Amino acid sequence: MNEAYITGVGQSEVGVRLTRSPMGLTMDAIRQALDDAGLTFEQIDGVASYPGKSHGYLGFSPIGVDEVIEVCGIKARWHMGAGEIPAQLSAIAEAANAVKTGQARHIICFRTVYEAAAMSRPEEYPPLRREFADGSSQWTAPFFAISAACWVAQYASRHMKRYGMTREQLAQISLNANRNALLNPNARAITKKVLTIDDYMASRLITTPFCLHDCDRFTDCSTVIIVSAGDALDEVQGAPVRIAATAGSVHRHSWDQAEWMASYATGPDLWAKTDYTVKDVDTVQFYDGFAFFPITWLEALGFCEVGEGHKFVEGGTRIARDGELPLNTAGGQIGAGRLHGFGFAHEAVMQLRGNAGERQIPGDPKVAVATSGGGPLAAALLLARD
Amino acid sequence: MSVKRPRPRLDAINRPFWTGGDAKNDGGKLYITHCGDCREWTHPPREFCRHCQSENVAPEAVAGTGRIDTLTVNHQAWMPGLEVPFVIARVALDGVPGVVLTTNIVGCAVDEVDIDDRVRVTFEEQDGVWFPLFEKDV
Repeated sequence: MNEAYITGVGQSEVGVRLTRSPMGLTMDAIRQALDDAGLTFEQIDGVASYPGKSHGYLGFSPIGVDEVIEVCGIKARWHMGAGEIPAQLSAIAEAANAVKTGQARHIICFRTVYEAAAMSRPEEYPPLRREFADGSSQWTAPFFAISAACWVAQYASRHMKRYGMTREQLAQISLNANRNALLNPNARAITKKVLTIDDYMASRLITTPFCLHDCDRFTDCSTVIIVSAGDALDEVQGAPVRIAATAGSVHRHSWDQAEWMASYATGPDLWAKTDYTVKDVDTVQFYDGFAFFPITWLEALGFCEVGEGHKFVEGGTRIARDGELPLNTAGGQIGAGRLHGFGFAHEAVMQLRGNAGERQIPGDPKVAVATSGGGPLAAALLLARD
Repeated sequence: MSVKRPRPRLDAINRPFWTGGDAKNDGGKLYITHCGDCREWTHPPREFCRHCQSENVAPEAVAGTGRIDTLTVNHQAWMPGLEVPFVIARVALDGVPGVVLTTNIVGCAVDEVDIDDRVRVTFEEQDGVWFPLFEKDV
């Protein structure tokens, strides 16, 4: 079987209330990724995104796959813009499957978010005015559990009660994100000053146990990952990063009926597909839309026992850039903005290629895990530099 | 919580759940979809049993008591006029294994509520929808 590789990455300006258009940001990121890979539009024959152009609030996903095909003049043999896949990074996993099976050679995978700008320009991006709480929201919104923060906070509360997690332990995710984001030039619009544990404990509560610093922030950005077939590597420049395994799972598609988040099924499934083990992993980039998620990914992937994730991050030394398992080295979404999943794959590639500048982790890292999702969404990529 | 609750659009499948609290229904009861074949419960309600895929399912009144599986004290006013703080909780229903309801715990201060507390359903009506809320069962 052909292998799949990430051969180029790109990221537009990352900001809050940017005036550059969503297509402009998307093109900035695409051009950067093409330059990185040494590819041209003529060589691209596939495009993928998550979740496809939004049918509801346009700020959430303003650009469709077909628009990119049209604007870039791509002669696509394979494309996909889908939300009914396990999670954000599943778009990259599906692209990997496509190049492995010969359906395309080089695929642009993108995720463009425009939530901050859209909220600031309601005349261009009218907010949804729903008369009814439809679909799955009818089981939560009537009780003012309107934000995912309210749904995820309940999982975190149970971890505190059942396993003894403290707010000081939870805080390590945000403190670590802050330290790393301060070294990430693309995070300058999101993280501007040092966060201390005292700042954290004094900040306002959103929904217990989450305070403001436990939540990511609406951001405007496009992130691009180019996936190439193993037998097309002679067409690219730079160090390719192999997509060694992918996993994604849904057991209950519900934010409240499942006792455990989908990640707890995704973790074992990832390792079942590879000879690598947790001991081989040099860095992890875990989805942190809320600070509790990385703690669950540590448990789900077996870096520690279930119910021990908060102890793993205690004090922050093991997850620091010079620790045994550097976590969210670009700052994650809490420190570097809500890039919605793709930022974790981007940073894994930056670290594995030694391109992460001031925030580069030591020791010539070769293997990374990037994840996205929480609650009923979960996807994981195992990335390796051969 | 002085603002109106976001309300579901009633249809044939969800109406028994959202209107069961009407006193006309045997004094007001909580209805969960039950399978006449395998006797398992399906929630959210569907026209098929999610355990054995039978179509022999019907809403069945349950005790309306339960245990707080987990909770969060919400401090953020997600809508203009929403009074905070208040408790959002998942309640595991007695006699309905595998089903939890997202709800609010009402009738007491937010710091008087904890995981594993015993609770009992109480209905709040708004525009023809009976929202199942829970209060501490003392």
